[in-house]
Amino acid sequence: MLKLALAKLPELCALMQKEAELLVPAKNKAGKVDYKAYAEGVEICLNEKTSRSAKDAFFPQVENLLKFKSEGKNLSLEQILPPDHATILFGVKACDARSFKLLDKVFLSNPVDSYYKARRENCLIIGLGCAEPEETCFCATFGIDATNPEADINTWVVGEELYWAPVSEKGKALTEKLSAIFVEADDKAVKEQGEATKNILSMLPLANFKIADKISAKELVTFNSKVWGDLSATCLSCCTCTYVCPTCHCYDIRDYKTDDNTTERFRCWDSCMASDFTKMAHGNPRKTKLERFRQRYMHKLVYFPENNGEYACVGCGRCLEKCPANLNIVKVAKALEVSDDV
Amino acid sequence: MQKINELMQAKAQELLAKGEIKKVLAWKAGEFFYDNAPAAFESEASCSEIIYNEFCPANLSKYLMASSKAGVKTAVFLKPCDTYGVNQLIKDNRVNREMVYAVGTPCSGMVDAKKIKAAGYKTLLKVEVNGDKIIVTTPKGQVELAKKDFLYNKCLMCKGNDYMICDEELAEKLPVPEFTGDRFAEVKAIEAMSSAEKFAFWQEELSKCIRCNACRDICPACNCEQCIFDNPEAPVAGKAYADSVEEQMFHIIRAFHVAGRCVGCGECARVCPQGVKLGLLNMKFMKDINSFFGKFQAGADAETRAPQVTFKEEDPEPNAAVEGGNSNA
Amino acid sequence: MCNCGDTLIPQIGVITDICTETPDVKTFRVEAIGGGKLFEHMPGQCAILSMPGKGEAIFSITSSPTNQKYMEFSIKRCGSITDLLHFDVEVGQQIAVRGPYGNHFPVEDKLQGKDVLFIAGGIGLAPMRSVINYMLDKRDDYGSIDIVYGARSKEDFVRYDELTNVWPSQKDTHVHLTIDRPQEGWDGNVGFVPNFLKDLKFTPDKTVLLCGPPIMIKLCLAALIEMGFTKTQVYTTLELKMKCGVGKCGRCNIGKKYVCKDGPVFTCDQIDEMPNEY
Repeated sequence: MLKLALAKLPELCALMQKEAELLVPAKNKAGKVDYKAYAEGVEICLNEKTSRSAKDAFFPQVENLLKFKSEGKNLSLEQILPPDHATILFGVKACDARSFKLLDKVFLSNPVDSYYKARRENCLIIGLGCAEPEETCFCATFGIDATNPEADINTWVVGEELYWAPVSEKGKALTEKLSAIFVEADDKAVKEQGEATKNILSMLPLANFKIADKISAKELVTFNSKVWGDLSATCLSCCTCTYVCPTCHCYDIRDYKTDDNTTERFRCWDSCMASDFTKMAHGNPRKTKLERFRQRYMHKLVYFPENNGEYACVGCGRCLEKCPANLNIVKVAKALEVSDDV
Repeated sequence: MQKINELMQAKAQELLAKGEIKKVLAWKAGEFFYDNAPAAFESEASCSEIIYNEFCPANLSKYLMASSKAGVKTAVFLKPCDTYGVNQLIKDNRVNREMVYAVGTPCSGMVDAKKIKAAGYKTLLKVEVNGDKIIVTTPKGQVELAKKDFLYNKCLMCKGNDYMICDEELAEKLPVPEFTGDRFAEVKAIEAMSSAEKFAFWQEELSKCIRCNACRDICPACNCEQCIFDNPEAPVAGKAYADSVEEQMFHIIRAFHVAGRCVGCGECARVCPQGVKLGLLNMKFMKDINSFFGKFQAGADAETRAPQVTFKEEDPEPNAAVEGGNSNA
Repeated sequence: MCNCGDTLIPQIGVITDICTETPDVKTFRVEAIGGGKLFEHMPGQCAILSMPGKGEAIFSITSSPTNQKYMEFSIKRCGSITDLLHFDVEVGQQIAVRGPYGNHFPVEDKLQGKDVLFIAGGIGLAPMRSVINYMLDKRDDYGSIDIVYGARSKEDFVRYDELTNVWPSQKDTHVHLTIDRPQEGWDGNVGFVPNFLKDLKFTPDKTVLLCGPPIMIKLCLAALIEMGFTKTQVYTTLELKMKCGVGKCGRCNIGKKYVCKDGPVFTCDQIDEMPNEY
C-alpha cells in the first residue's frame, strides 16, 4: 500500500497525464460531477458519484465510424479508426467498474466491436473505494464490494490522504513510473474506512434487496405478467434511465450529410424505450409504451441473465435518482416479486 | 400535510365510488422517503396507497393526455402551479375539459432531496418535514434544516396559491413560499453578456445534454402526438450528436415551439438528469413576450390565445425584435 | 475500399444490373469492383446496404451462394431507403454493403435428402430463391421440391420466367402458383396461399420453408398443422428493424434471441417459445 497527501493530487495527475490521456471526475458549472479530460485547474471531485456513468469511456454517447464521399456514380469510404492512444480512467466506483465486465460480454463477444475493444484495451482503470454510499445504492445485491472496485489500481481517500494499491500488472507498471510521488503506508486506515463503509451499507434501505429468482425463471411467464401495465403507466418514455445506466448499451447508427457529396456515419446511444426504436417501414412490433418499458426491464432481469448468467444491473442507483417519474429497476423487481402471476 | 393526505385518500375514494370518474391521478410512495411517484388509481381499495406530502413535486397534468384520448374521465390532484399546465393542454386541444375533474391541492413548497444531498447529507436514511423544519437522518445522526433552504428551484419562483382550473378545493389554501425577487434576473444577466459570452454560456450548458428528452416528455406544452425529433425519417433525430452545434439546437427549437405556451412550471429543469438550465430559454421568451405584447401568462386560463397567434393593431412592428433582446420587461 | 475488419464498416461494390420484376419490386445485382462477389454467404443470410446520407437497411440475399459471379437482392419499395434504391440508383453506381449476417437454412445438414416444400407470398420469395437455386444446383442432395407461391396478381410474381420455365424443367421440381383475384389471361389457381395448400393435399412428410407477410405465415402454419405437419418441420424467417447486424445494438432483440445473429431463420416451434414481438 502506498499513499500521498491529497494536496499533491494535481501533481499526481500531471505525472499521469504524461503517460496517457487522463479522465477524472470533475464538477461542472451545474455542480454535477462527470468525467472530464484532466487539465490544469480542473476541479477533481472524488467524493461524489458521477452524474453519467463511466461507460462513456468505452462506449461514448456519439462516435464517428466512417466518412463516405460520392462523386458521380463512384463512392468511396474512409473508416474513422478507433482511438489508439492510452487512457487512464481515474476514480471509478465499484459499481461502474463492474459495469465494464458486463459491457465486455456484449462488445467483446464475437464479432468483436473494434471501437469498444480499442478503448477498453488502451485504458487503465483506477478504482476508488466508496466511503459514503448513498441510500440509492445496492451494489451488494450483485456481489459487488463497494470498498474494493475491480480495477487495475485501487485508491481510497481517507482524511487528507489518497491511498494507492496496484492490482494488475498494468497497474503495477504505472505505479512503478509514479513511485517517487508516493510514500509507503500500512493498510490500517483503509481497512477502518472499509469497515465503516460496510456498516453504512448495512443500514441502507436497499441493503437486503434481492432480485427474486422466479423473475428470470420463466421468460414468457414474466413477459406476460399483468404488472407491466401498472408499472409502465406513468413512464414518460424518455430515455433518462437508459442513458445514465452503466450497463444499457443499445445504439443507433445514423448518417449525417455534411455536404451534398459527403456523409459522416456515426454511432450514438439509443434506447429501447424510444418510440421509433423498432419502427420499420411496414410496422412496429413494439407499438406501445408498455411493450417498450417491458423490453428494457425484461432485458435487464431476464434476457441478459439467460444469455450471460448475470443481471444487467450493478446497483449504482442512477435510475433511482434520475427518473422523472420515480420508476426504477428496484420498483420493477419488487412488483414482479409480489405479483401472483409471475 | 398528514391531514391533507387523509383528505386526498378519502376524496379519491369518494370520486371513484360515484362511478363517473374512472381514474384518479395522484402520488404513491417510492423506495425512500422522498421519491413519491406519480400514479394512477382505479379502485377504491387502492386509494389507501395515495401519499401527499412535501415530496410530491411532479406535475401530473401531462398524464391527462392519455386518459382524455382514451375517453376516461379522470380526477387529478393539482397543486396551484400544476393547474397552468392543465389549462394549456386544454387550450391546445390535447385534453378535453369534460374528461377532467380538477381537485385543487394546497401546497407550501416542495422539498428537493437532491439539494439536501448536495449540502453534504449524502446518505438519506430518513427525511421528515415538520412545519418549516426538515429533519434529516443519516448514518451520522440527525440534523434539523430550514425547509425554505431546500425547496425546488421552481418553488422559489412560486406563482401563488390560486388555482387556474379547479372543480373543487381539497382543503384550505396554504401559504406559499414568498417570492419577492425578479423572475427574470438570470435572463437579464445573460442579456447583458456579449455575443461571445452568450455563445460560450450556452455551449457549456447544452453540451451537458444527453438527449434523453425528459424535458420534452414532462412538458405540458410539448404535447405533439409525435415529436418531429422522434421521426427517423427527419434529418434531425432525437439522438445525440454531441459535438455539433446543430444538434444542440434542439433545446432552442423546443423553446421556440413552446413560446407563448410554456407555463413556466419548471418541470423541465427539475427532471433534467444533467442539470441543464433549461427553464432559462423559456424565461427569455416570456420576458420578451411581456415586453412586446404586455404581460401574458400561459395557462392562466384555457381560452386566451397566445399573443403570437393573435393580431392586434397595437402589436409592435417586427423591427421591435431587434431591440427586444435588451429591453426590460 | 476499406479493409479494416470492423463489422460495422461496409465494403464498396457496384450495381451491375437492375431488373424491374414487378411494379414495386426490383432486383439489384451487386459485384465487387472489378468483378466477383464481395463476400460468400449461405442461403437465408442477409446483408446490409447503405444509401449514404439516408442510412442502412438489411435485406436477404436473393441469389444462391452457388452463383460465383454476383449477389442479388430483390427489394420491394416500402420505405425511405427502398425508395432511394428504386428511384435513385442506376447501373454502374457504387454501393456500400456489409455482411453476411445471421444464420441460414440448414441446407448442409437437416434439409439433406428431404422432400422440401417452399411456401412463399409476395416478396417472401426473396430469401427462398437463394435456397431453391442452391438446392437445384446440388439437386441430388435433396428429395422432391415443391414451390407454392402466391402473389396479388400475375404481374406481381417475381421472376415469372424462372417460375414457369426454369424451375419446373428441373428434376422432380414442381411450381404451384396462385393469385389473389381472378385476372384475364390467367388460367392458374386463384385464391390465398393457405387454402391453396390444403387443395394441393401435401403429405406431412415434407420439410417446409415458409416466408411471406406475417398474416400469411400465421394462416399457412395453421393450415399445415391441420394437414398433419408439426411446427418443428416448418422453417421461417423473421424480419425486424436491425442496425448493427451482430446482436449488439438491441433493435431485433426478442426474448433472449437477437434475430440478426440468432436468426433470421427459426423453426416455428422456436418462435413459439419467444415473446410475441415480431
